[in-house]
Amino acid sequence: MSASLDQIFVSGKQWLLSWLASAPEWVIQIASSFINIFALLGVFLTLFALMSVLERKILGRIQNRYGPNRVGPFGLFQPIADGIKMLIKEDIVPARADKIVHFLAPVLIAATAILALGIIPYGRDMTPFTIDGGILFFFAVGSTTELAVFMAGWGSNNKFSMLGAMRAIAQMISYELPLIITVLPVVMVVGSLMPNTIVAAQGGYALGFVPRWFVFTPWGATAFILFFVSGLVESNRTPFDVPEGESEIVAGHMTEYSGFKYATFFMAEYIGMFAITGLATTLFLGGWHAPIRMLEFIPSYVWFFAKLSTLLLVYVWLRGTLPRTRVDQIMNFAWKFMLPMAFTCIVAAAVWHYAGRGPAGWLWSLAVIAAVYFTLSILLDTRRKFAPRTYRFAE
Amino acid sequence: MNSVAFIVIAIFTLAAGLAAATLQKLMHAALSFAVTFVGIAAFFFLLGAEFVGLVQVFVYIGAVAVLIVFTILLTRRDVEKDRMFNWSGVVIAIAVFGGLIWAILKTQSLSVAAPEIPALTVKRIGEVLMTNYVWPLQCVGLLLTAALVGALILVMEEKQ
Amino acid sequence: MSPTLQLFLIVSAALFCIGLLAALSRRHAIFILIGIEMMLAGANLNFIAFWRFSSEPHQPTGVMIAIFSIAIAAAEAAVGLALVISVYRHYRTTNVDQLDQLKG
Repeated sequence: MSASLDQIFVSGKQWLLSWLASAPEWVIQIASSFINIFALLGVFLTLFALMSVLERKILGRIQNRYGPNRVGPFGLFQPIADGIKMLIKEDIVPARADKIVHFLAPVLIAATAILALGIIPYGRDMTPFTIDGGILFFFAVGSTTELAVFMAGWGSNNKFSMLGAMRAIAQMISYELPLIITVLPVVMVVGSLMPNTIVAAQGGYALGFVPRWFVFTPWGATAFILFFVSGLVESNRTPFDVPEGESEIVAGHMTEYSGFKYATFFMAEYIGMFAITGLATTLFLGGWHAPIRMLEFIPSYVWFFAKLSTLLLVYVWLRGTLPRTRVDQIMNFAWKFMLPMAFTCIVAAAVWHYAGRGPAGWLWSLAVIAAVYFTLSILLDTRRKFAPRTYRFAE
Repeated sequence: MNSVAFIVIAIFTLAAGLAAATLQKLMHAALSFAVTFVGIAAFFFLLGAEFVGLVQVFVYIGAVAVLIVFTILLTRRDVEKDRMFNWSGVVIAIAVFGGLIWAILKTQSLSVAAPEIPALTVKRIGEVLMTNYVWPLQCVGLLLTAALVGALILVMEEKQ
Repeated sequence: MSPTLQLFLIVSAALFCIGLLAALSRRHAIFILIGIEMMLAGANLNFIAFWRFSSEPHQPTGVMIAIFSIAIAAAEAAVGLALVISVYRHYRTTNVDQLDQLKG
């Protein structure tokens, strides 16, 4: 019973494809891809609509107000109202804008965000796009976002757009390094770039009850925190939302966009957020594995989306709690703290592996991380260095 | 490998490449350059070298194209449009192309179909990189570090 | 019906010549860099195609050379663009025809 419930979507797809059993193979292949694409889009666009209203509700609660509550029960139909509003707004293109680039930027940014969702295993046998170098595919596609952001900033021919795009690219490039380097220990320990294999390696329980998720090892926990923070920066979320800081540069690279194009940017941002939290779940939180053996009867995709929603809730929580950081603080944090810690994770994972992957390895890798952490905290002691900021302007 | 995919990718890549070489606006040329490299990565996928295709997208779109657009931005006070065009270059390029085509079509042994091969896994590439090619790998690491330091020194502001 | 090695070689030759055209006929330094990158990419395509059509595909030599060549092209682009920026700071131009002095 629970096994068939677990595989209900896989068998559903098989049933749909059985209608085409007599067709040539390439038709079946294309049909199979289309089913995957429609499933992905359906699930994540619904999640996007849900997330946009829930985020506003939760933020409202954190800030001691109600949030949207007019449209539908508890304001749940707010996304529909927003969607209609966005669709019937006038689509404004500035007269001096580079028309083609201005038009292509939102298309490219949404396309790459959705592509990145493809490699994540959502449940047992539920990876839409299985490829040998899945993790590499994720980052290759994700790195295209920078170019899209630049196109938006340049195409608008507006100083706020350009400044926002420059800020966004600067912080995305800086945090892409820790983001990728914190993935390396997992890839090293598993010995594969394939998300399915990485999830499979996190099955089972150590000592009979602790799940073998990588977040329960010292290097995994450190890498997870670093990955999570880098993910926050990559998706331009508070406290790292300087690229679109409303009080400084209107809306950053999205200033000159209106109507549906703006909505596309907004959607791409949320989908990028889902992709990065999905990858964090896959890499560190055991993917679709259940946390306790007794709960394994619950279908795998339920566990995946439970973990995903928990991480998304933390995103909203951080947004409601933290103020915005300064640009120089973000950069210093990336190069002086995140990068050395990310490299330490690799060393700690190697120590863990060579000390036998047991309790001894656990303690040794904790010792490595603690030593580097305290050394860095002494070296980077900023308490003594309060002084007026010095400015450097571009020529 | 099928011909339809090949023809589509070939037209896409060559059109984008030609656009990158001839468009007047620098920014459009740089973006077409990025599109060209997506096309080349698609060729690598078609040929079964998925890893190289992904590395290509990662390095060229994620790094080199961004570097190029940043450089265009930083040297913007210069003429944004590049109107001067040297026609002798076109003649030379066409002559070289003709020579290459002649050589390719003349060689009989090249008209072979692709043999069936096992997929090239990332694991295999990793093994080879760490055994047969470990010295080249170290040298490339050294070269990249040198390039990093060199690029930084070049663009550092000179102290008067 | 699958494309033969010849077709791949023709495409990569075309790509090489487009790169040559950009490098020879444009006067902007960044265009020349773009041209060189495209020529390198054409060579990479050749390496991969020869690997795929060779009789010993279990030895991924062509793939390895392509990977190293991509790494070196990235280093070249970084240094080249840094040079363009520092030249621009000196002469206020990126037109290679105007850079004809040896004096700094």
